[in-house]
Amino acid sequence: MSKIKPRGKVPKKAAIDEIIEIKTLIRHPMHSGRMKDKDGKNIPKRIINKFLVKFNGKQIFGMDLEPSISTNPYIAFPFKAKKSGTFDFEWTDDNGEKYTMSRKMDVS
Amino acid sequence: MKQQKMKIISRRSVLFLMGGVASSALFTKFAMAKPNLALQRIKEISKSKVEEVDLFLDVPEIAENGNQVKVSFDIDSPMTKDDFVRTVYLLADGNPAPNVAKFSFTTDMGACSATTRMRLSKTQNVYLLAEYNNGKFAMTKSKVKVTIGGCGG
Repeated sequence: MSKIKPRGKVPKKAAIDEIIEIKTLIRHPMHSGRMKDKDGKNIPKRIINKFLVKFNGKQIFGMDLEPSISTNPYIAFPFKAKKSGTFDFEWTDDNGEKYTMSRKMDVS
Repeated sequence: MKQQKMKIISRRSVLFLMGGVASSALFTKFAMAKPNLALQRIKEISKSKVEEVDLFLDVPEIAENGNQVKVSFDIDSPMTKDDFVRTVYLLADGNPAPNVAKFSFTTDMGACSATTRMRLSKTQNVYLLAEYNNGKFAMTKSKVKVTIGGCGG
């Protein structure tokens, strides 16, 4: 299986009160528990079930994912820039693993 | 002689195919009779206090590949402390499970929209249910035709 790898796109600079768009993607198989492998055996369920975004330590956006979300979940959402800071992204796997990523943004 | 043999096989396979078509037609009829799980779930979440309004839900009319269907929504809301959208639910009535995703919004976001990609196993309705901070609910739905289903197999 390919390595699980989070990616994100946040503008480096933004103006005050500008609504920016944040795009994220994580490479993950999102096995729904209904797919079969080459030998016809069921692949056990394993998905990303939670996605959280914090800005300077405060939660700004959250999403609960179900097996109906596609392989390599793509999530885009808006944010109103008010001050410079750091975004912390966190994806939670069914097996308890957490994948994290941080991005900085300057607001002027 | 050889030709004749082939003919018999093809006739048999045609009969077999016809049987398959009939049984699949029966199966879809059976599936239609199932209760709409997505609507049941909406009732559970909203306790029947839901208005059907025109929220902006962007899904393709026809999805060629049910494995990757782009879904985006945009709800008109000032997103201030007194008036904002708290939670948005995405549901589908033809998938094995009605829940697709639940989005939690905060006033820091300045707008209420998001984009993701979902699986659709067959042609079905996609529902969007929004919960406002004052306890009100609003919903909308949109039908997506699916050419190739995207749920296992």
